[in-house]
Amino acid sequence: MTNLKEIFADKKVFIPFVVADDPDIETTVQSILTLAENGADIIELGVPFSDPVADGPVIQKADLRAFAAGVNRNIVFEIVEKVRQTSDVPIIFDTYLNIPFKYGYDKFCQKCQELNVAGLIIPDAPIEEQAELKPFADKYGIDLVPTVAPTSAGRTEKLAQAATGFIYVISIFGAAGVSDELATQQLQVTVQQIRAVSDVPIVTATEQVEKVAGLVDGILSENAVVKIIADGGDVQKNLKEYVLNINNTMRINAL
Amino acid sequence: MKEMQKETQDASHYGEFGGQYIPEGLMNELNNVADAYNKYKDDPDFLKELHDLLNNYANRPSLLYYADKMTKDLGGAKIYLKREDLNHTGAHKINNVIGQALIAKRMGKTRLIAETGAGQHGVATATIAALFGMECEIFMGKIDTDRQKLNVYRMELLGAKVHPVTSGSMVLKDAVNAALQNWASRIDDTFYVLGSAVGPYPFPEMVHDFQSVISKESKAQILKAEGRLPDTVVACVGGGSNAIGSFAKYIDDKDVELIGVEAAGKGVDTDQTAATMERGTVGIFHGMKSLFLQNSDGQIDQVYSISAGLDYPGVGPEHARLAELKRAKYVGITDDEAVDAFEYIAKTEGIIAAIESCHAIAYVMKLAPTMSKDQIIICTVSGRGDKDVASIAKYRGVDIND
Repeated sequence: MTNLKEIFADKKVFIPFVVADDPDIETTVQSILTLAENGADIIELGVPFSDPVADGPVIQKADLRAFAAGVNRNIVFEIVEKVRQTSDVPIIFDTYLNIPFKYGYDKFCQKCQELNVAGLIIPDAPIEEQAELKPFADKYGIDLVPTVAPTSAGRTEKLAQAATGFIYVISIFGAAGVSDELATQQLQVTVQQIRAVSDVPIVTATEQVEKVAGLVDGILSENAVVKIIADGGDVQKNLKEYVLNINNTMRINAL
Repeated sequence: MKEMQKETQDASHYGEFGGQYIPEGLMNELNNVADAYNKYKDDPDFLKELHDLLNNYANRPSLLYYADKMTKDLGGAKIYLKREDLNHTGAHKINNVIGQALIAKRMGKTRLIAETGAGQHGVATATIAALFGMECEIFMGKIDTDRQKLNVYRMELLGAKVHPVTSGSMVLKDAVNAALQNWASRIDDTFYVLGSAVGPYPFPEMVHDFQSVISKESKAQILKAEGRLPDTVVACVGGGSNAIGSFAKYIDDKDVELIGVEAAGKGVDTDQTAATMERGTVGIFHGMKSLFLQNSDGQIDQVYSISAGLDYPGVGPEHARLAELKRAKYVGITDDEAVDAFEYIAKTEGIIAAIESCHAIAYVMKLAPTMSKDQIIICTVSGRGDKDVASIAKYRGVDIND
């Protein structure tokens, strides 16, 4: 079983987000393999939900393409199985709580262990509501990755203490009317708050890697890969170029 | 509810139902709303302002009207109608909006947002925003903006911006999704006025409390008129706001039968239905654990009803609990039955009732004849039906210019 925290031990970690079965099983499998071979450290695999309230329009559209392709839970598992035939790239699932709830938390976490899916990001399971899932995640060694939002003031320490694997900090880079300076400052404050109580690795999502690589332990790309896949053409070539470029930027700016 | 709450683990749950299954970004704000609500709900100044607006602006108390002609025609139990359709803005929705908007004002918010299905909650929110001088944006599924054009124009007339939601199935649940997203992006100045008895704590509790004025009044009114409590209380259920308000003060009166009527659409056993209680299973969505229409994978169904106010795939957590405890019973009424009731109550009592409310009326039409003449039914007419006239005409194949 992958130990997520260890991945961060000696490098800046890059985590691209891929939506399962967007637009088909083969593309998703091949995209994960391409990203892994070219330097992605962890793949965040989105398990589509009918009502993705916490996601923006890019992922919502990807979910719709996946549903058009007939995605369901078993297809998501099948995708991971296919990847596992040739790759042990670390994978985490990003989904909404109803998906594991409906399958059964025990069964779902057991399946994650079988597939070597090491962590879960579940946006509609704030720590107050994780008690029902946590025993099963613990039983099978699955990390529940908490989210820290720009509006989490007063909660950050609690979230950091609950985190295993890594912690995901939402930054305000690129938000309307927000300067890079302000965004940097806010991210720094949050990082300090987390570091004060935990040594859990800190990941943030941004397409502006050069601006944050020095502040955090890992970068999550929410939309870039999904957009490359949506644009079509030679997807695998474009993904390879993208991930190589990101890794370059991260190394240069990580000092 | 007192009795039931004792056995639950905390204020945010109804047995296993309820909770706060909401993204981290909204947790602080939800707690702020809960704190503000708990701070003000028993505050004399707050209550004075609330009751003043309910009585002098919203036209409360609403009538408990004895439907003599309908009673005689159906030949069974005495039928009383709780006339929420006579409230200002034409539905029960205003009761809750006034309450939540007063909380918003005390929290220093300057902008109200809301989801709406049939448009009644949107109109009520736009109305109070106008009265309070607050900015207002209403999220409404594109399909609903098309079938409820009159209410869209009413909201705009009141100064609100109506945001047609084109994501997902473009109906009520998608409007809730969009409103939640918008709230998360603007919590500094914005209060989300949730109109139904759904969502994360404290919304189901606030809606319960602000709508319980319906049963508080009806109880006093029926005691005055008949000297005793009703045998049965009937109300329609989408998310369940008018029903929870209609039931609230009778929950501890075990002899009063409580019946929620949900939209069966083309039939409970078809896939074009919104009969959550009869067909739903436990799930987690829109901030709550409750019953939902969903597939075995946990994907929420696209539901259907002729009524834009009832085609919601879930139901409030307190209703799920009342059903589980068998304290309330939930039944389905089809489009056809609701449309028949729409015409029946218009011709019999001279009341054009909302198509949502006509689901409850339709069930009373079945139930009353099976009861004896000394028994009493209170049925809530949750809203007026002017907004539905064009679509009912269309349903009957009559082309009128709307």
